[in-house]
Amino acid sequence: MTDHAFRARGLVKRFGRTTALAGVDLSARPGTVLGVLGPNGAGKTTALRILATLTRPDEGTAVVGGHDVVRAADRVRRGIGLTGQTSMLDEELSGLANLVLIGRLLDLGRAGATARAHALLERFALTEAARRPVATYSGGMLRRLDLAASLVGRPHVVFLDEPSVGLDPGRREDLWRMVRQLTAEGTTVLLTTQYLEEADALADAITVIDRGRVIADGTPAELKRVVGGQAVSLRPTDTDRYGTAARVMERIGGRAPDRTGRDTLSMPVDGEDTAWELARALREADVRVTEFSLHLPGLDEVFFALTGTSPDTTAKESA
Amino acid sequence: MNAPAPTRRPAALPRHGLVLAGRSLTKSLRSPGSLVNGVVTPAMFLVLFVYLFGGAVSGSTDAYLQYLFPGVMVMGASVAGMLSSGLTINIDMKKGVYDRFRSLPISRSAPLLGSVLADLVRYVITVLILFAIGFLMGFRVETDAGSAVAAAALAIGFGSALSWAMVFLGVLMRDESAVMAVTFIAILPLLLGTSMAAPVETLPDWLRTWAGVNPVTHVMDAARALLTGTPAGASVTWTLAWSAGLVAVFAPLSVWAFQRDH
Repeated sequence: MTDHAFRARGLVKRFGRTTALAGVDLSARPGTVLGVLGPNGAGKTTALRILATLTRPDEGTAVVGGHDVVRAADRVRRGIGLTGQTSMLDEELSGLANLVLIGRLLDLGRAGATARAHALLERFALTEAARRPVATYSGGMLRRLDLAASLVGRPHVVFLDEPSVGLDPGRREDLWRMVRQLTAEGTTVLLTTQYLEEADALADAITVIDRGRVIADGTPAELKRVVGGQAVSLRPTDTDRYGTAARVMERIGGRAPDRTGRDTLSMPVDGEDTAWELARALREADVRVTEFSLHLPGLDEVFFALTGTSPDTTAKESA
Repeated sequence: MNAPAPTRRPAALPRHGLVLAGRSLTKSLRSPGSLVNGVVTPAMFLVLFVYLFGGAVSGSTDAYLQYLFPGVMVMGASVAGMLSSGLTINIDMKKGVYDRFRSLPISRSAPLLGSVLADLVRYVITVLILFAIGFLMGFRVETDAGSAVAAAALAIGFGSALSWAMVFLGVLMRDESAVMAVTFIAILPLLLGTSMAAPVETLPDWLRTWAGVNPVTHVMDAARALLTGTPAGASVTWTLAWSAGLVAVFAPLSVWAFQRDH
């Protein structure tokens, strides 16, 4: 039991007629990162909120830090930190006041809370903005302050709900570095994301969720073995050449490409050489393209490989 | 660095409530709109009523000020703040910061208690300012300092009890404009169907019946008795009973509404 930092079994949650979770298992060992990958409405946020004691499961159990999230919610709350998709800060207060407030609610005392706040502001490069109202912060600063706020109580488990949404690539790298620093200190992290790239960069294990169910579970390497390492996506300029492009891809890649968007063809490749070979072959066949990219599979491709269908993004992510 | 958060469990609820009240008051100081509103509205009533109707109602503005002031003080200590207490928590709860509060090891009622305690401090400030304005206009306490403090304490106590009802409304309802509408509808009869501007005996029958039931009338009668020495009757007892009743009903209801799954 205690070899897991958190463990959820058979989580079911319904909101009215919508089933947000239909039996989800999640777990992580101490000091590791679990990436929960899925499209909007898959149930990622609901699962995270159950583990963070904000929502009660209808069925199933969840244990965090050795304590049950329903029966010993208060004990769980002592050991967790939470950063939501949207800011969980008081925008009218300054960054410093936000962190001091949390510290005082965690019974660090006025002096202790102030010292802890200054240390965190320094660590997240926010010292200069410490006394400005949070409403004046940029998106990147907000993310950093939010993460700092979740660390005031030195939590053993940190929940990050789509932490890189709205961050430009440079800021995202910063955030990833901070997450890695957390695990280096022994903190366990649960991170939800829509990007395999992000899960691959940070997670020790990945759980893929779709429509409230786990559809894959394993290490990033195992997942990539199933969905293919890198993938090529292309969009023919002339839609009449779509069929020709698909045939060329099948000849070079040895399998039929997936149609992952309007007029977009994708196919896993075993290395960049295949991509160059494909580029040459397309040119010889006189297929012009508006887009041609080599990348880790996106969520669409992951779902194609795992389920053979597009992710269902019609359901709304329930709060 | 140091050990994790020490746990001093006893008295955690009042301690966290005070910390959260501090948060609310800091925000009041940064954007003092509702605090100013809470003072200006009763002060305007005082000035308008005294100088417009004072001569007609009591023969002189001085005599009317002695009659009117206790009621206006009660207004400042309770009814005038009704709008902001329900609305503030309603808007506040929709923000992400409440999710963070929920994820902290604090009592579920701490944010609600914080809201009521912050109202209480705002009412104390409002009453002090109103006393200063009344004094400048010529109002004099006809009893003694102890009675004056008791009058203020009764009014503020009732205001804080009423604040629980507003908190319940704010937590229960989703839509902030609905909270505003219900509060507006409640304020008028609560405030004007009273003995504030004129003795209940001078009101038409239907309004007199309502004023007799309205708890705010009792609070105003009690304050008037304690400040100017008019007969108190059962008004002090009624005020205490209503205050206790409001807290007993609406504090648990607020906590229940707050704990519902979101």
